[in-house]
Amino acid sequence: MATHHDHDLPAGEIPKPQTKAIWKTFFILVGLTAVEFAFAFAMEAGTARNAIFIILTIFKAFYIVAEFMHLKHETKGLIWAVLLPMALVAWLMVALISEGSYYFESITNYFK
Amino acid sequence: MSTSTTLEEPKTGTWDGGNEPLKASYGKLMMWFFLLSDAFTFGALLIVYGLSRHAHLPYTGKPEDFSFSTEYWPIPEKVYNAFPGLHGMDLPLAFVALMTMILILSSVTMVLAVEAGHRMDKNDVQKWLLWTILFGTTFLGCQAWEWAHFITGTDEGMILADGSRVFGANLTVNQYGPPLFADLFFFITGFHGTHVLSGVVLLVMIFINTVNGVYHKRGHYEMVEKVGLYWHFVDLVWVFVFTFFYLI
Repeated sequence: MATHHDHDLPAGEIPKPQTKAIWKTFFILVGLTAVEFAFAFAMEAGTARNAIFIILTIFKAFYIVAEFMHLKHETKGLIWAVLLPMALVAWLMVALISEGSYYFESITNYFK
Repeated sequence: MSTSTTLEEPKTGTWDGGNEPLKASYGKLMMWFFLLSDAFTFGALLIVYGLSRHAHLPYTGKPEDFSFSTEYWPIPEKVYNAFPGLHGMDLPLAFVALMTMILILSSVTMVLAVEAGHRMDKNDVQKWLLWTILFGTTFLGCQAWEWAHFITGTDEGMILADGSRVFGANLTVNQYGPPLFADLFFFITGFHGTHVLSGVVLLVMIFINTVNGVYHKRGHYEMVEKVGLYWHFVDLVWVFVFTFFYLI
């Protein structure tokens, strides 16, 4: 490990760590994951449960990107440059999943 | 004559040059746009998962009566229900929950390293980077176990129509469901695992640099921030993989 007496270090005081917001975000993320597990066991599988999972996931993604990756504190331009393309990916996802359902229905009906 | 010409005023708008419109360094911006492109790749993989799943028959019976079949897509919690050291017990999603916790924890220690870097606190940066490396490698170990279990399969396996049994999984046949199910498991968790591995390599590199005082001499710990962005992205992807692969 490193020596604890680096002579090239400036002699200035090191400020105290400010970690309150970091741990708060951590507990929010753990809490949201715990809620997801509660739903996984307490609720019957279905569209409603899936919707809850996706909403909770978006909340988790928000906290990771906004707080941990600091995007919330960047300029508006950077925020839009990152979020807008991702919105298009979400659109593609919805479009292709319904395409999958259509494909499934057409092949099952075709071979009937 | 020349004294009377009106000189054109220099433009000073946000996008007229000579300043940083996004108020972020070149390195950080490029990391953001790399991560955006990486998100497209992961997005594509998850979209293919969604499409394939909807193009297959869903399991419609009661969860208690579920058995593996190539006819329909399996219920994830019936596939991922094993835990190291607890052979034969039905513990749905318990191991994935542990892996999720480890990765979220590693994200927190990474932010703490970045925070310590802002304060130029070399010892704290070292400490938190080491924790992050520890959690990252633990996650990789967990994934290796998960893969080994998935490939080896359960004691019962899956009984085929001719009475023979299939155990575990490979790219052409698996005991859990249609071939695409195992293929997508290998590609999606494998691609994510490769990202974690690259992240651990980057973390080891910046740890060595920190110990050698490279960033302290440079006067800032921005490299820790950039690797931090990458590391949080890996955590972010896992959040989505967890939801779309294991929960839904």
